[in-house]
Amino acid sequence: MSQSYDRGLIEDFGRWREFSAGMWAWILHKFTGWVLIGYLFMHIAVLSTAIDAASGDPATYTDTIQGLESLLVVRVLEIGLLATAVFHILNGVRLLMVDLGVGLEAQDKSFYASLVVTGGIVVASVPTFLGGGVV
Amino acid sequence: MAERYSSFEPNGATWLLQRITAALLVVLLAFHFFQLHFLNHAYEVTFADTQARMEDPAYFATMVLFLVAAAFHGLNGIYNALVNQGIEGTRKTIAKYGLTLAGIVLVAQGIRVAMAMAGVTIS
Repeated sequence: MSQSYDRGLIEDFGRWREFSAGMWAWILHKFTGWVLIGYLFMHIAVLSTAIDAASGDPATYTDTIQGLESLLVVRVLEIGLLATAVFHILNGVRLLMVDLGVGLEAQDKSFYASLVVTGGIVVASVPTFLGGGVV
Repeated sequence: MAERYSSFEPNGATWLLQRITAALLVVLLAFHFFQLHFLNHAYEVTFADTQARMEDPAYFATMVLFLVAAAFHGLNGIYNALVNQGIEGTRKTIAKYGLTLAGIVLVAQGIRVAMAMAGVTIS
């Protein structure tokens, strides 16, 4: 049987200075998860312009997508979205390992590794996201 | 086995589905990202390009699978987070059915959009 031990309430965010690596990983996983599902609803809403486009006005869709993509703030937000998704994926793999009891003694190191790899991938993606037709 | 804490019910079907959809999403998200940011560029997307991609049945099916997997994984993830936060009783029931409804609406609208892109209409 698994057994819980008292780490105090993570919701008690006022004591964030005392949080361990694992607690930060937990908070960041929840936060990135909320951002990603929020984005999915927004993404489908934006792509819904395809319904008007299909009934005879293709510019509704094309202008919406290209208009958004022409804004620097949207490109920067896309880099943020990539960072969010990459961290969520890497930490998700780490969580699966934790859940299966694999490499528990290195769970803090694997959290730091998730952050470093996320940072590397995000920096490498910047030219792709900022290239072409941005205002 | 003691000294190990997990918030998940190891034998639950949703526990397994959350992991299966996670694995699917890693692959599908990578495909989606390379397709629309490296092979094609998001700033050059036109409705005609989108139509051409979505008219391929395999691509259409992949995108619908992507949508269903993402909706399940995201909304079940929120439910897990809320249960983790300690909601119980009526609030838990409301969260369960509210999130299920949100998922149904999201998937229905997504499929409607996908069909519009592929030029499929229901008469």
